[in-house]
Amino acid sequence: MDWITKNLPYLMAGVSVGGQYALIAIGYTMVYGILRLINFAHGDIFMVAGLIMVYATTAMPIYIAIPLMIVVTVFLGFMVERVAYKPLRSAPRMSIMISAIGVSYLLQNMALYVTGGLSQQYPTIPWISDTVTIFGATTKRVTLITPVLTIVLVVALVLLIKKTKIGMAMRAASRDFETSQLMGIKINSVISMTFIIGTFLAAVGSLLFFTNYTGVTPTAGAMPGLKAFVAAVFGGIGSIPGAVIGAFIIGICENIIKGLGWTTFSDAFTFALLIVILIAKPTGLFGEKATDKV
Amino acid sequence: MNKRTKMMWNAGLIAALLATLFILEQILPSGSMFFTVLKKGAIYALVAVSMNLLNGFTGLFSLGQAGFMLLGAYAYAILTIPVESRGSVYQYFDGGIIQFTVPVPVALIAGGLLAAVFAFLIGLPVLRLKSDYLAIATLGFAEIIRAVFQWDKLGPITNGSNLLRNFPSFKSVLYPFVVSGICIALIVMLINSTYGRAFKAIRDDEIAAEAMGINLAHHKRLAFVISSFFAGVSGGLLAMYQTTIQASMFKSAMTYEILLIVVIGGIGSVTGSCISSFLFIACSEWWLRFLDNENLYLGGFHVPFLRPGFRKVVFALVIMIMVLFYRQGIMGTKEFSVEGIADFFKNKFGRKKTAEGGASHE
Repeated sequence: MDWITKNLPYLMAGVSVGGQYALIAIGYTMVYGILRLINFAHGDIFMVAGLIMVYATTAMPIYIAIPLMIVVTVFLGFMVERVAYKPLRSAPRMSIMISAIGVSYLLQNMALYVTGGLSQQYPTIPWISDTVTIFGATTKRVTLITPVLTIVLVVALVLLIKKTKIGMAMRAASRDFETSQLMGIKINSVISMTFIIGTFLAAVGSLLFFTNYTGVTPTAGAMPGLKAFVAAVFGGIGSIPGAVIGAFIIGICENIIKGLGWTTFSDAFTFALLIVILIAKPTGLFGEKATDKV
Repeated sequence: MNKRTKMMWNAGLIAALLATLFILEQILPSGSMFFTVLKKGAIYALVAVSMNLLNGFTGLFSLGQAGFMLLGAYAYAILTIPVESRGSVYQYFDGGIIQFTVPVPVALIAGGLLAAVFAFLIGLPVLRLKSDYLAIATLGFAEIIRAVFQWDKLGPITNGSNLLRNFPSFKSVLYPFVVSGICIALIVMLINSTYGRAFKAIRDDEIAAEAMGINLAHHKRLAFVISSFFAGVSGGLLAMYQTTIQASMFKSAMTYEILLIVVIGGIGSVTGSCISSFLFIACSEWWLRFLDNENLYLGGFHVPFLRPGFRKVVFALVIMIMVLFYRQGIMGTKEFSVEGIADFFKNKFGRKKTAEGGASHE
């Protein structure tokens, strides 16, 4: 019992962080599945969502600020795709990836300009930031909500992909981009939809993530973004269940390492784990095996 | 133009460039931004070319450059901090455990070798991965290196997460130019050798290259190790330029910057990487600096939006425009050469080429 009360906070934090990573990782994995693009800007969109929330709450009540933040973030994700990725659809893969890095650079620098480089105090959201006690361990309510909300959203997403027409189009596009185009699928609306879903989940993720931290800085999105991407690769990039499982594994491992007092190595351990997995399974846990045709 | 005239032209151009730099250094005040740009540009040119060797010529998408630069910079700094000032630098670690120094060139090469050894070790498992998986594995490796170098237990060697300082640095702008120049020349020689042709064959089609009898694992490893060696050397140079280093400088953002330079210059063009690294540094550090000035008036008109940080926004926009509208980069896969310019002028102003393929007036 003593062991549980001592380690439960870390385990709970791990599950919670894992859920937040999962919400970001889905954006990476879906975009990669269709466009074969590492969307480096995704982590920064996540950060911008945090900043929008900061500025929105100063001007309006929180129950308007949250939907507004989500809508603005989704619009931002949509615009990024239209402006920076769509013109490069026929360009080599490297150019579009560089464009993603450019967008990430732009978003970070804009955030730097707007905030003046200072950390912005994230608003306290009532109810979910309240403190609760379970088995003698105190934590914020968000820690308990995150995994539940993540699972609900993921199930909804999986249903969307399996049951609806747009979901079918997405699956077709990720299986074979050109052929699905020939079959009459409006590829641009499918890609836009992918970005909209991805940024929506990232916006929800940022709401949960930043509640646990005091402030938002212009580079706050870089590390969670990278971790979430690692989670997506870990689970086999392109696979949604893979990304979710990968994110939970990484979140839990990271917090266990922190609990053992190795905080310096919590990031390094994540990457070491990734490298080990990739060596054993070169396309991640659930990734499709790539075969070269001669 | 035959080989000999070409070589003489190139040698002449390099000598003229160095002489110009030398003269400029005597005339202009040494604090000028111009020299900052040149120094940093030369260092970034080296690391960009080393990254181009991997990404552009061998087709290995690696994002570990910052990690290898960190290794080179630390090796350089640790081996050259004078023994008498170690006490103050390693103040939390009783002066550290390394109590000797080596000459600067030896330390630079040692930095390169350390990076190369690490590249060899990490390459054994990682180089089997393909494209994006390789990229994320090397990126992860760079992050691991950064964490390890900040570890307290290694403090007696690396000074933990504290600054390393007091190591020798360079004053003249010629120093980074000469060192980078030599390294880039070596890379160019490698690219033009049989190894270079094998690298290009791997880039164009791995399976075909393997069928032609190229040992894939061996050549990939070779490219990876050599590229890391030069990244290490440039890390050492960067340490000299910055005069202080800290592991937290070498974030993945640094690798992205170098990748941007490579792509803007043109993937697969050495001269493109060099030109774009100077342009990139000049743009980010110098030319746009006026945008950070809050009180800028254009004939009585107070320019809005200007305050510290605006420069970077504009710079990012410039990069986006470059990426969206110049997909091939500045040089594409072409090289800037004396021959190319000569041909250009000949086509423009000279006599028309004969059907046999060029008038032989050289």
